[in-house]
Amino acid sequence: MAKRSIIPGFRLTLGLSLFYLSILVFIPLAIIFIKSFELSAAEFWSTVTNPRVVASYRVSFITALCAALINTVFGLIVAWVLVRYSFPGKKLLDAVVDIPFALPTAVAGIALTALYAKNGWIGSLLEPLGIKAAYSPLGIIIALTFIGIPFVVRTVQPVIEDLEKDMEEAAVMLGAYRLRTFFQVILPTLYPALLTGFTLAFARGIGEYGSVVFISGNMPMVTEISPLLIMTKLEQYDYAGATAIAAVMLIVSFLLLLLINLLQWRMNRRMTANS
Amino acid sequence: MAGVVSYHRSSHTAVRERHINEAPAVRWLLIGIAVLFIGLMIILPLAVVIAESLKKGAGVYFDAISHPDAMAALKLTLLTALIVVPLNAVFGLLVAWAISKFKFRGKQLLMTLIDLPFAVSPVIAGLVFVLLFGAQGYFGPWLAEHDIKIIFAVPGIIIATLFITVPFVAREIIPLMQQQGITEEEAAVSLGARGFQVFWRVTLPNIKWGLLYGLILCNARAMGEFGAVSVVSGHIRGRTNTLPLHVEILYNEYQFSAAFAIASLLMLLAIVTLIVKAIVEWKEQNQLKRNSPSH
Repeated sequence: MAKRSIIPGFRLTLGLSLFYLSILVFIPLAIIFIKSFELSAAEFWSTVTNPRVVASYRVSFITALCAALINTVFGLIVAWVLVRYSFPGKKLLDAVVDIPFALPTAVAGIALTALYAKNGWIGSLLEPLGIKAAYSPLGIIIALTFIGIPFVVRTVQPVIEDLEKDMEEAAVMLGAYRLRTFFQVILPTLYPALLTGFTLAFARGIGEYGSVVFISGNMPMVTEISPLLIMTKLEQYDYAGATAIAAVMLIVSFLLLLLINLLQWRMNRRMTANS
Repeated sequence: MAGVVSYHRSSHTAVRERHINEAPAVRWLLIGIAVLFIGLMIILPLAVVIAESLKKGAGVYFDAISHPDAMAALKLTLLTALIVVPLNAVFGLLVAWAISKFKFRGKQLLMTLIDLPFAVSPVIAGLVFVLLFGAQGYFGPWLAEHDIKIIFAVPGIIIATLFITVPFVAREIIPLMQQQGITEEEAAVSLGARGFQVFWRVTLPNIKWGLLYGLILCNARAMGEFGAVSVVSGHIRGRTNTLPLHVEILYNEYQFSAAFAIASLLMLLAIVTLIVKAIVEWKEQNQLKRNSPSH
């Protein structure tokens, strides 16, 4: 397996790493599936297809999808602006993009709630328009958009930096307008990065808890997300029910993780092929 | 997954010829949209935290911060970070060494598996440890017999945080160490350096800034984790409350100013994290410049 190398420590470092990952991550996660098998197939099925549970999947899925789409559009613009133009305050804008990574989610949750509640700075502006932001699905979308901002920006940014300007030059020489150059020459090369960023933001959005619980209002069937439902079941000591929902969510997460890795592997291959 | 994209690189705006640049109006429109989006979505929430925390005056602010429950929460948060960050740093260094210095089958799979905690909902991360160590859990009866409490106690908080922050250090230094290659280490070994000496004298100086950023990122998440900790903590005031949980309790009791005062402390942590990131990037660029004087 390992190519003979004079550098020491392969067995030791790999062995310890695998041991650590096993006891901390693999075995605990496997428990979710083992515990799920304690339910009969019929019980499992009726738990995970209960109307309230299905409604929570729908809320989680749709809000995460909307937030990831918003982030794909605006993330592309932010990344583009950060790479291509210079303007006052650019360094600050670039630094601030990482705030959602570093800010505890509970802080984001209460701040966004205060901002978008009826008497909040933005909420009070939306109120006369008949738009209810906090305590509605829109509030969840806002929270998940906040959480997902860095994912698209930071995945697309390096790819824009590496764009060859020869291609754009060629397009201009062939008589293409700027807009057409963008949509037919530049955008297609950004698709893999955009898709990766979108999937990362989407995957994060589906599992997010801290920032959402404050702003969502947590109404069953309307603004109750799946992670919250797991929490509720736990508080009622319904461990089997909580585990069954967790198993469904885990499978979705694994599939998304697989997709992300596939995309990144393809992206790396393309980038190394280009250089 | 945070680590996958947090990998930083030097950004530079090359001067572009006019014919392959957008018209000024388009340019300023795009800049306007970007600034408005980030301002609305990120800056404004931060401003709200400060405004709300000072709404009832500095007295309430300092009372909230110096309250014994807040101090206990701060202590627990620091303790958690103090245990979690070094453990995950050691893991990060071990796994980065194996991945970057050797060729072996399944390397790609291992890198995916390291990311696993990023993909799992924090609530599920908490749930697995309740299933293992809770009263009804697999080890529950045994733990009860030996009078060991993990769930609704400090060890549970530490374990759940450990799970959530596994990938942070590893994800920052693996790409860095892969970039560095193995020639320097091979040279050191052939000159007679021993295993740990190679790491300490050759590898570590090359990755120190990336490692520092990984540590600070791991620390920020360890101190700020909410979902996973919320499941295993039991919210016992003064005993199993971390700072983020304390924010939640105060908020749910309608003590908004106090909640935002504690939140402002956590916000400070985030800002310090980003300042360290900026310093690290600046140092790295300097190092690059020194290594390649032709630029």
